[in-house]
Amino acid sequence: MLSINNLCASVEDKQILKGLGLDVKPGEVHAIMGPNGAGKSTLGSVLAGREAFEVTEGSAQFDGENLLEMDVEERARAGLFLAFQYPVEIPGVSNMEFLKASVDAVRTHQGKPELSSVEFMKLARETSKKVKLDQGFLKRGVNEGFSGGEKKRNEIMQMMLLEPKLCILDETDSGLDIDALQTVADGVNAMRSPERSFIVVTHYQRLLDYIVPDYVHVLADGKIVKSGDKSLAKELEAKGYGWLEGEVA
Amino acid sequence: MSEQVEHLIRKEYAAGFHTAIDTDTIPPGLNEDVVRFISAKKNEPEWLLEWRLQAFRAWQEMDEPEWAHVDYPKVDYQSISYFSSPKSMDDKPKSLDEVDPKLLETYEKLGIPLHEQEMLAGVAMDVVFDSVSVVTTFREKLEEAGVLFCSISEAVEKYPELVKKHLGSVVPQKDNYFAALNSAVFSDGSFVYIPKGVRCPMELSTYFRINEQNTGQFERTLIVAEEGAYVSYLEGCTAPMRDENQLHAAVVELVAKDNAEIKYSTVQNWYPGDEDGKGGIYNFVTKRGVCHTSAKISWTQVETGSAVTWKYPSCVLRGDNSVGEFYSVALTNNHQQADTGTKMIHIGKNTRSTIIAKGISAGKSDSSYRGLVRMNPGADGARNFTQCDSLLIGDKCGAHTFPYIESKNPSAVIEHEATTSKVSDDQMFLCQQRGLDPEKAVSMIVNGFCREVFKELPMEFAVEAGKLLEVSLEGSVG
Repeated sequence: MLSINNLCASVEDKQILKGLGLDVKPGEVHAIMGPNGAGKSTLGSVLAGREAFEVTEGSAQFDGENLLEMDVEERARAGLFLAFQYPVEIPGVSNMEFLKASVDAVRTHQGKPELSSVEFMKLARETSKKVKLDQGFLKRGVNEGFSGGEKKRNEIMQMMLLEPKLCILDETDSGLDIDALQTVADGVNAMRSPERSFIVVTHYQRLLDYIVPDYVHVLADGKIVKSGDKSLAKELEAKGYGWLEGEVA
Repeated sequence: MSEQVEHLIRKEYAAGFHTAIDTDTIPPGLNEDVVRFISAKKNEPEWLLEWRLQAFRAWQEMDEPEWAHVDYPKVDYQSISYFSSPKSMDDKPKSLDEVDPKLLETYEKLGIPLHEQEMLAGVAMDVVFDSVSVVTTFREKLEEAGVLFCSISEAVEKYPELVKKHLGSVVPQKDNYFAALNSAVFSDGSFVYIPKGVRCPMELSTYFRINEQNTGQFERTLIVAEEGAYVSYLEGCTAPMRDENQLHAAVVELVAKDNAEIKYSTVQNWYPGDEDGKGGIYNFVTKRGVCHTSAKISWTQVETGSAVTWKYPSCVLRGDNSVGEFYSVALTNNHQQADTGTKMIHIGKNTRSTIIAKGISAGKSDSSYRGLVRMNPGADGARNFTQCDSLLIGDKCGAHTFPYIESKNPSAVIEHEATTSKVSDDQMFLCQQRGLDPEKAVSMIVNGFCREVFKELPMEFAVEAGKLLEVSLEGSVG
């Protein structure tokens, strides 16, 4: 699914990723944890192709394709989804209009016909129920005036509608109360399948009680410094990140 | 994103073709003889020739205004031809079957089929090609309702009293430099008269086309809605692509009698010039309406074309309880400049006005909102709400707001809100991460920004306006 080798990336000439390697197979859930400033969010941005991030070295294959040569929208259409830590507002553009354009773009890429407005409306309503987002939100501007929790539910709704192959959740748990966290986790768990993979980026172990990962990686100073199974997350919670400093050096 | 944005605005101007058609065009130059020639060509009565000459003499004494936030080389008024007409119009066609097929083709190409059975349901249209009106559709149906809709030349012939009574009553000959020029040399335009208590049964529309080279277009539109009448009117405009600048100096006058309502919508897509700023239309227009007691006038404009725009559709709220509205989207790209806004003059008691102006600047363009709200001493309880929002695409463009507020009545309430925002990297990234290409992303963000104005347009035209924005923005990201 995804194979990253020796990935180095910088933003404004500051090097953030320093030789990161990661292999994600279909159906796997990988958690990326690490201290602040380790490069966790950068990883998501680089994989999604954000312009401000420059890849200086290394490679990333996605489904056999050279991911780093693809445009942002090509990556999205090929099935790479990034759930944002801070979803931005787009005033005046209704959520419904935005979601339909997005689903249509992906379907067109897959050679499927666009959904009719009626079909889409039905699908969107069903999906909004799953993430416990009132249908009124479909008519409102994209994220316009949404609370933090509503924005995150909206992200998960988009993920469900687009049915991506690889979902990257960038600190989706930040700023969520326990109910919203449960809803988000339920959404993710419902989408787990042998064909779909997840990279869950988080600062806290809490989320991993709900979304149980197959692998846990510690990202520090731009590299994966330790990998293990879900028990590693517990260990990190108990000990913090300090004990790993030796491994960084 | 700025690099990305640079590319987004490069798309051929689709209406930029020229129709090879025999024309009757007088040589360039402007003097009293030219004014007499135009008047004679149209078999005008003596009073109108006199009216034109007064305007011409006044114009000669006036100076071109320089206060607008636009910069363009001086217009040489002697190098413009003031009258051009397709030759086939010498014997004016009485119906569509008699119209030169080449003209019909021109409008087909512009996406405006003139054959009534193919037209947008329920829209009657007057079509002005260079200096003359080519055809007016659905006339019989309108006449049944008592609505008069024809070219202004025809109105002068057929309804001289109505024209004489109202022409210049809202925009006097000497109102300003361009209005005076228009009054002297106006060639054609539309005339609408809605009798007392009549609700016009369909949308009325005029389509203006400049075709000939080195000609100016000086149309004059007059709309009179008698007591309790209602009409919705739309104008659209295009011109071929030329390296020279062409002048368009129109005057529009609206008269809304007691309890009448006029809704006037414009989709302006004159040729904006090329990406280096060469060519394009100078759009210097005076539009104004008078509202009598409890009358309402709404101006809605979507301005995407023209090299330079100088335009302030205004409302004189003379009668008590009258209402004025101005909804505007002005989009500038490449080297376009727009100085546009409105004037709301509150004279009557409890008069209300609303101004929603959305300016979008891309490329190296400059867009300004200029608006006056005046509360006269008698305007007790008058209210105005103004909202000006600017959206910048890229970092080489400019947006400016020049509000003028004059209140001479302490009971009047004036609210003004203004914002400036950018299409942000984050918004673009979100859209693209969800699979949208950058063009679609920008046009969606811009359309969202304009939503409040688009919802004021008649349905068919709201869709058109959205598409037009998309085309105008193409090439501004990528």
